[in-house]
Amino acid sequence: MSALTSYLDDFAIAPVCHDIQINGETVGLHESGILWWPDQSVMVVSDMHLEKASSYARRGVMLPPYDTGITLERLAAAIETFDPACVISLGDSFHDPDGSDRLPPVYRAMLTSLQLNRDWIWVTGNHDPIAPVRLCGETVDEISIGPLTFRHEPLQKTDRDVIAGEICGHLHPAARVRRYGRSIRRSCFATDGYRLVMPAFGALTGGLNVNDPAFHLVFRRRQFSVFMLGNDRLYPFTASRLIED
Amino acid sequence: MDSAVLPLRFQDWFSSRGWSPRPHQLALVDHLGRGDSTLLIAPTGAGKTLAGFLPSLVELEARAKLPPDSPGSKGLHTLYISPLKALAVDIARNLEAPVSEMGLPVTLETRTGDTPSHKRQRQKRNPPDILLTTPEQIALLLSDPVSMEMFRTLKTVVLDELHALVTSKRGDLLALGLARLRQICPNLRTIGLSATVAEPDDLRAYLVAQDVCGERQLSKVVQIAGGAEPDIAILDTQERLPWSGHSSRHAIGEIYELIKQHNVSLIFVNTRSQAEVIFQELWRINDDTLPIALHHGSLDVGQRRKVEAAMASGVLRAVVATSSLDMGIDWGDIDLVINVGAPKGASRLAQRIGRANHRMDEPSKAILVPANRFEVLECQAALAASRRGEQDTPPLRKGALDVLAQHVLGLACAAPFDPVSVFDEIRSSETYRHLTWETFEKVLNFVATGGYALKTYEQYAKLRKGPDGLWRIAHPKIAQQYRLNVGTIVEAPMLKVRLVKSKADGRRNPIGRGGRVLGEIEEWFIEQLSQGDTFLFGGEILRFEGLRENEAFASRSKSETPMIPSYQGGKFPLSTYLAESVRAMLADPASWQHLPDQVRDWLQLQQTKSKLPPRDGLLVETFPRSRYNYMVCYPFEGRLAHQTLGMLLTKRLERLGAKPMGFVANDYALSIWGLGDLSLLFETGRIDLDALFEEDILGDDLDAWLAESSLLKRTFRNCAVIAGLIERRHPGKEKSGRQVTVSSDLIYDVLRSHEPDHILLQATWNDAAEGLLDISRLSELLARIKGRITHTRLTKVSPLAVPILLEIGKEPVYGEAIDDILAEAADDLILEAME
Repeated sequence: MSALTSYLDDFAIAPVCHDIQINGETVGLHESGILWWPDQSVMVVSDMHLEKASSYARRGVMLPPYDTGITLERLAAAIETFDPACVISLGDSFHDPDGSDRLPPVYRAMLTSLQLNRDWIWVTGNHDPIAPVRLCGETVDEISIGPLTFRHEPLQKTDRDVIAGEICGHLHPAARVRRYGRSIRRSCFATDGYRLVMPAFGALTGGLNVNDPAFHLVFRRRQFSVFMLGNDRLYPFTASRLIED
Repeated sequence: MDSAVLPLRFQDWFSSRGWSPRPHQLALVDHLGRGDSTLLIAPTGAGKTLAGFLPSLVELEARAKLPPDSPGSKGLHTLYISPLKALAVDIARNLEAPVSEMGLPVTLETRTGDTPSHKRQRQKRNPPDILLTTPEQIALLLSDPVSMEMFRTLKTVVLDELHALVTSKRGDLLALGLARLRQICPNLRTIGLSATVAEPDDLRAYLVAQDVCGERQLSKVVQIAGGAEPDIAILDTQERLPWSGHSSRHAIGEIYELIKQHNVSLIFVNTRSQAEVIFQELWRINDDTLPIALHHGSLDVGQRRKVEAAMASGVLRAVVATSSLDMGIDWGDIDLVINVGAPKGASRLAQRIGRANHRMDEPSKAILVPANRFEVLECQAALAASRRGEQDTPPLRKGALDVLAQHVLGLACAAPFDPVSVFDEIRSSETYRHLTWETFEKVLNFVATGGYALKTYEQYAKLRKGPDGLWRIAHPKIAQQYRLNVGTIVEAPMLKVRLVKSKADGRRNPIGRGGRVLGEIEEWFIEQLSQGDTFLFGGEILRFEGLRENEAFASRSKSETPMIPSYQGGKFPLSTYLAESVRAMLADPASWQHLPDQVRDWLQLQQTKSKLPPRDGLLVETFPRSRYNYMVCYPFEGRLAHQTLGMLLTKRLERLGAKPMGFVANDYALSIWGLGDLSLLFETGRIDLDALFEEDILGDDLDAWLAESSLLKRTFRNCAVIAGLIERRHPGKEKSGRQVTVSSDLIYDVLRSHEPDHILLQATWNDAAEGLLDISRLSELLARIKGRITHTRLTKVSPLAVPILLEIGKEPVYGEAIDDILAEAADDLILEAME
């Protein structure tokens, strides 16, 4: 193989992340909706809500039973891209506390193979407050690595010294912009440089507009940016450019 | 037939009022007496309602003479079903008069969503002789094991406004309900009351049980010839006729004069925004402060009832209304109907005109006000159709699968069922006659476990098959869920419009608790407004202030010129029949003598500068203009079919290297523009027009487009709600937070990628092909023009093309096309064409 083709190959598979600073630490945001922290080789995924469809089916709402498969395939693609030493699943990994128990064998095997040769941390969430059953990995309520703290639900404070370095999920941020008279709504990362709210990764998880009052307790009004998930890139906007639902 | 078929008490009543029973009233008594279901076709004002109830009243009078407690001496005898609950209430009131005047021992009650629950409970135990209700209530009653019992004594079902009922999914729900009722009471007779329709046999078949293998079964029919011929004219405006647009502003002075000359006028328009504009403009010049009111479906209910009451009591001089006033209810003495804009269909026009002068012996008076030049042609065609008495009501629809799913669950809630006999029962209704066992099984599996190829939900099944082979609900909770979900009307997400003080008044925190609610407006419409934008609503110019939860806050604006909403909803497509008449008129200059001078001049100019669109073929014009090359064709198949065609042609032209940039469609024409020299490409044969319009465009191209378009998502949501896959949004529950509700868009994406053959996607496709995409008309068009496409190369825009080009930028443009030529001035365009 010539040097050039080898270079091009490397180039083609090198993941392109949008680098930002959180509490002085450089992390990458990826259009798949995961966070990549190259210095620590940590990949973060949030709000997968695995087995959401079957959770609904239990009470008679028969959603298509393909969500777990789709979500895990997306996760596998991200893990293959970044080959992280550690994966943090930032809470609401399963849609309900019995979700890990209901996980069909084929998906359990798939998840287990993704966990091979790397550390795996399950952060608890409000949907899954307990450790998943029959799965590897360590379960924690929150975890701090260097200047960053990973927890599911953001602290309801905006004091910068308190929340500096908080990486969280829970809110399923989504943003809407208007262009040429048509509006576009997408899941997004939301950050003010001190904390970061991750988009929901699950195939059947909707989003909450970042203009919703729930975000007033997380960011000072209009003082944050979002990175909307596109098909092959992220679209950054400042909060003032966003519209309500 | 003479009135001797009526009991003495009835004969006396008629003669005491100086009437004699009309022949059609006697004919119905006779048919029903023989056990025959009957369709009664009559224009408004023919005493249709009394005719519908007369057979029941006669039978109930006889029944009262039976010894009490003998079999068949009591219980529910007649069901009356109407599409509007207001109509049911109105009819009950009208019926009480003859009942009490004859001293008949008959009880009649209404049952709608508004009926208090204690009364509903009592009705189940002790039903009235005649119950007046809606299709949804029938579905609810049939799903309840207790209330089902009350149908055992049922003898007659009267279906009012049948022509309107059968065109929607409510008609499907009712068809299934009727099939069930026929099983419960095998000798059930039905009476359909209908306005004049194109295919009476469709309705006759709807009324009776079908034999799947045999010939189509038809009910008896009684038809009343039209009354006095209506007096219809097209407004011969002294003003300049607009080239495009739908506002009819030019004629407002003339409309006002007409109102002044008549006692009570009803002004019909096609869309809510038109209603708002006309109302606004009329009040602007209302120097005599005539009482003129506004009525449309999004106004607050209280407001609407007030207008209706004022109309009935005769204090109003005019009401501007949308189709919310199309149907049945009697509004008193209207002596003029003004139809603003194009009628869109000959039958639609006839029904609207029928609202004037509710007495059939006197002519109804109507005036048509076309809003632009093409609409003049359409009005002329509708007028001719009306004189010939021709009808263009749509053909009977095929029953929808989402409605079937809802019905199947309802059946299981009532009692365990055997799928084979239920399948036969369903196919005995005309609308579901075509249903295959395979599709039925898919629907059944969908209801039970979601119907997925991946069978993971057996343990959560809603329906289970017992060892006896019967299907039953797995848990009583399922029945509760079903009851919350009954019905086929899925409202677009609506926001309340609340009046507040303006931010512009300089208050720091402007949005307080707010004032009264003015009505409701679609979420998508509000989405495109920015704070400070002005819009017309409820007859006022409002300024949008912001959103709070589920309410849009707006203040009164002092602005003179609102940004007029371009509502997409409520636009009716041009009927096939009228389209054909317009094409025929265009192609035949001899027929232009009835047209106004301005329109005739316009068409003559088209004849000189370009060509006239042929009757059966297709005229394609190409010309350069500004930076682009334009292609305009005139299929006259309605906006929906044209939009679909525009999308597909744009894709093809892109592949052929013609570099299309966008397209725009209206009811009459389609225009595509782009960078490539279309004239040259067509003339040299580099692009073959016959191949471009080849019917195979509805194959792969259509599939490819739909796969990447989000167009069907709204349709899918409706199907998913009706079929019970996702729950209805109930008022007050929205606040639970959108991140926890399941978005139907996500479900759609998952199904399309993982189970493209799912029954709900099939239901969605059927809906879209009929409605949104109008595939059937498009395919008829492509077949019609095959080998008959004429290309004309022009150096500039033709007179006929001006209206469609003026719509660029007013109508939404789909697809990725860049529409950066919106700013082109309209007047330049017109001058160019006239030169």
